[in-house]
Amino acid sequence: METLTFARKATTPAGGSKPMAIVGVVASGNLEVLVERVLGTDECRIEIATAALGFGDVWAAVVDDFVSRSATGGLRFSINDGGARPDTVALRLAQGARLIAEDAV
Amino acid sequence: MSAPHPDIPHVAEARNVDWYEASARHRLTTLLDHGSFIEFMGPTERVVSPHLDLFDLPKQFDDGMVVGRGQFDGKPVLAAAQEGRFMGGAFGEVHGAKLVGLLRAALDVKPDAVLVLFDTGGVRLQEANAGELAIAEIMRALLDARAVGVPVIGLIGGRAGCYGGGGLISGCCSGLVVSEQGRISVSGPEVIETNRGVEEFDSRDRALVWRTMGGKNRRLLGVADAYADDDVESFRAATLELLASPRAFDLDALKARQHMLESRLARFGDCSDAIDVWAKMGAEQPTGVPDLPADAFQALVARIAKEHGA
Repeated sequence: METLTFARKATTPAGGSKPMAIVGVVASGNLEVLVERVLGTDECRIEIATAALGFGDVWAAVVDDFVSRSATGGLRFSINDGGARPDTVALRLAQGARLIAEDAV
Repeated sequence: MSAPHPDIPHVAEARNVDWYEASARHRLTTLLDHGSFIEFMGPTERVVSPHLDLFDLPKQFDDGMVVGRGQFDGKPVLAAAQEGRFMGGAFGEVHGAKLVGLLRAALDVKPDAVLVLFDTGGVRLQEANAGELAIAEIMRALLDARAVGVPVIGLIGGRAGCYGGGGLISGCCSGLVVSEQGRISVSGPEVIETNRGVEEFDSRDRALVWRTMGGKNRRLLGVADAYADDDVESFRAATLELLASPRAFDLDALKARQHMLESRLARFGDCSDAIDVWAKMGAEQPTGVPDLPADAFQALVARIAKEHGA
């Protein structure tokens, strides 16, 4: 297993008011993304535990692309990864960001 | 617009959700009354397996078991769901302990029912001792709950089926709802073939596997008590039906069950295939049973039950 942590400045605070959201499942080629609204509104953190070793540069590229496109301010993303491809990772991050941007019930 | 994704619970709160494809959490939140599910020990608490690090394997924040409380048709229930895609839904220490705790809580809070959404290949090999202990503790806690009058209903229709210790636990439930996709057994096809040879059971013969262990045969044999189509609404309706006719859990009920099992063995013990069993039961076209749509299959079950008083 390899753990990676990325801290980024977020340009836009996340919308909505849900405290947490979770998408995906830990399985081969899949991952779960837990999103929590726990940081300052200009911060975004992405913490990854992955079964695929040596892909730090690819993760950094996916994370930078995601943070530049999405409203992620205040969000901590925690990822358990079963060796998902970058497109699957990008999809799950986007799903997580969209889900937590809803209003709390 | 893109199609709703099964992992996003908010997109389709309607119950035309495909049970087989849905995640454990999605099944639970759509099965229960809208917005009523409150999860215990949810993913933010990060109560994960203490064993998987040893094997350099990824963990899941809920260890593949979602437990909590909610309302079911307006009545309070406790509910649990296994995530069959995480390690085959297998029972590990935390995974099992969450279900043990939920069933023990039933003794205190006396819910109208405990619903268990099985989706499991059995015990997780990486933490097998803890998993086997969990199976024993779950069976004890489940029977304790039933003994104080709380019905425990199992719902089976996930991709991992209900195997190994999960099959044993399902046998302890007050009632089971199964869909065609829901396979129920203790030993899986590969295990049987490995131990008894390919002539005993050919695990690569998928049609054989499904007509032996699949939901239709399990319903016809009386292993499962209700049959559901592969969607949440159908599982909900079948569960409500089971809860509407509660069963006694006493010595007479156990004796009657034992008698049923003995007579089933006497009647079908010499059959070598499920098709032979269905022919003996009186199905007009036994080879066509796997292809029957749900309503025609339900009619067959009703007719056979009427003729044999099963």
